[in-house]
Amino acid sequence: MTERDPDVTGTVPNQDVVPRQRIQTTAAVPVPAPPPQIAGARPEPARATVFDIKDMTVFYGTKKALDWTTLKIYRNLVTAVIGPSGCGKSTFIRSLNRMNDSIPGFRLDGQVLYHGHDIYAGATNRVEVRRRIGMVFQRPNPFPKSIYDNVAWAPRNLGLKSNLDERVERALRSATLWGEVKDRLKVSALSLSGGQQQRLCIARAIAVEPDVLLLDEPASALDPVATASIEDLMHELKNRYTIVIVTHNMQQAARVADRTAFFSLDPHEHVGTLVEYDDTNVIFSHPADTRTRDYVTGRFG
Amino acid sequence: MTSAAPSELPYDPTAPLTPTGNLRRRLIVSRVAQGLAVGAAFVAVAVLAIVVFDVVKSGASVLSLDFLVKDPSQYGVGGGIRSTIIGSAIIVAIGAVIAVPIGVLIAIYMTEFARPKSRIAGALRMGLDLLQGVPSIVIGIFILGLITLPQHEDTGFAGSVALAIIMLPLVARSAQEVLRLVPSPLREASDALGVDRWRSIITVVLPTALGGIVTGSILAVARAAGETAPLLVNDSTAPPHLTFNPFGPMPNVPVQILTASEALNPAGFATAWGAALVLLALILIANVGARFLLARSRRKLTG
Repeated sequence: MTERDPDVTGTVPNQDVVPRQRIQTTAAVPVPAPPPQIAGARPEPARATVFDIKDMTVFYGTKKALDWTTLKIYRNLVTAVIGPSGCGKSTFIRSLNRMNDSIPGFRLDGQVLYHGHDIYAGATNRVEVRRRIGMVFQRPNPFPKSIYDNVAWAPRNLGLKSNLDERVERALRSATLWGEVKDRLKVSALSLSGGQQQRLCIARAIAVEPDVLLLDEPASALDPVATASIEDLMHELKNRYTIVIVTHNMQQAARVADRTAFFSLDPHEHVGTLVEYDDTNVIFSHPADTRTRDYVTGRFG
Repeated sequence: MTSAAPSELPYDPTAPLTPTGNLRRRLIVSRVAQGLAVGAAFVAVAVLAIVVFDVVKSGASVLSLDFLVKDPSQYGVGGGIRSTIIGSAIIVAIGAVIAVPIGVLIAIYMTEFARPKSRIAGALRMGLDLLQGVPSIVIGIFILGLITLPQHEDTGFAGSVALAIIMLPLVARSAQEVLRLVPSPLREASDALGVDRWRSIITVVLPTALGGIVTGSILAVARAAGETAPLLVNDSTAPPHLTFNPFGPMPNVPVQILTASEALNPAGFATAWGAALVLLALILIANVGARFLLARSRRKLTG
């Protein structure tokens, strides 16, 4: 199953622009082999970089949670973040729109550049950051309001009040939920099933037309049918948005992602580190790092 | 397939399943403890029942339409409770208008804006708990020095301010408890949509917690409505006529009950009982109504 080819072979970013990311760790890691050539990779124009993350290191109090992460995230691609529990996947994705700010003791070293602007610069307003970088969480968290009001809430509060009905319908259609709820928009969102609630949360996030959608294990609380509908949705959404998804489900990463970052837990320091970042098919078919190979083939200890 | 009891066990597993060893003693201790707990609960309910029964028994005979629509007579003996009930209502309402917004804002600060484990919030919480423990007569004297003495006159408003001080910690602490019940994923969701905190609070957090906040406020108001000491100190010289001016002396129920009961006259006692019955009934109704609202909002919160 790890040999499964994601359908993204044609959209490989230019390898010259994308230096393979390697992280120095204290663990005895073999010197990485030169990047293998990707079969069938056609030269593509370089994609625009949305996130340029340099040496990101995250602390909670005195505990280091994520070490020395450097990678780039590209426009209109689905980038998956995989790895074992505690490897810093969630810390990583939540640092991209400053959702960790409210955690006591949170500190971030390094730089997170978003279209060239430092997310953590003094002049950066985190509310504005989140307005452009939306997020959907592990557990569906609709407001205890009607379906319509859930989607309309953020546009209303951001002053996007013209054609609100149209905007709500567009968001619900994009989240492939419109057909199921169009006759009961005034019903409480809490009456929806878990999968519907999660798609409602996605609709709520895209109703304000963010530039980036961050999905933190969006399907882990859902059954396989609902998971499949969320995955289909991602294929639709990447045409308009840049998507970063954290998942502990490798098959899911293989199915939906164009690029995959594998994070691991440093066995000596118990700090999450980026091990390998590459096209999804490379990560799953011939990863350069043995730790990646062990993980994606299920031999992870 | 049956076999003999394995010899390595310290008991016989094939014996009948009746209590063995010290289980008999432990069961007795457990029953006694259960009995004491149930008994204590009954004592509490019984005290309430006796108080209510006594007030109803003694007060019901005075209760009539006349009693409700007539003003008290000059020295508290005989007459009705119209002006005092209305005076009490105005005094308590002004107190609530002062205390509820401030109390809710304090709660919002402590749950929504203060960092977790913030020292300021901790000090504030302790301050509120201490304020809740301050005897109401002390608050009454404080307001006497602050408002009544400089004014050279008893006023309903001074009573309102004193009652507001009594309500404030109750409102703030109960609102804080309810705001804590609002699931934090809702706050995360609104944060992640790029909407600022204050708008999230007024359009998501407060509506979700509204039932509980209203309930807590009603309970606080009901508690303050029966407070007597601050009114004795600050608003006890009002003539018994109906007045709507809170900036002058205002007749009120607690003071009426006190003066009537001090009249050393059976008619005075009757008036005191009647007024006490009406006050008790109003407070009980407010309490029950508030708890009903709270139960409803809990159901809404849990889906």
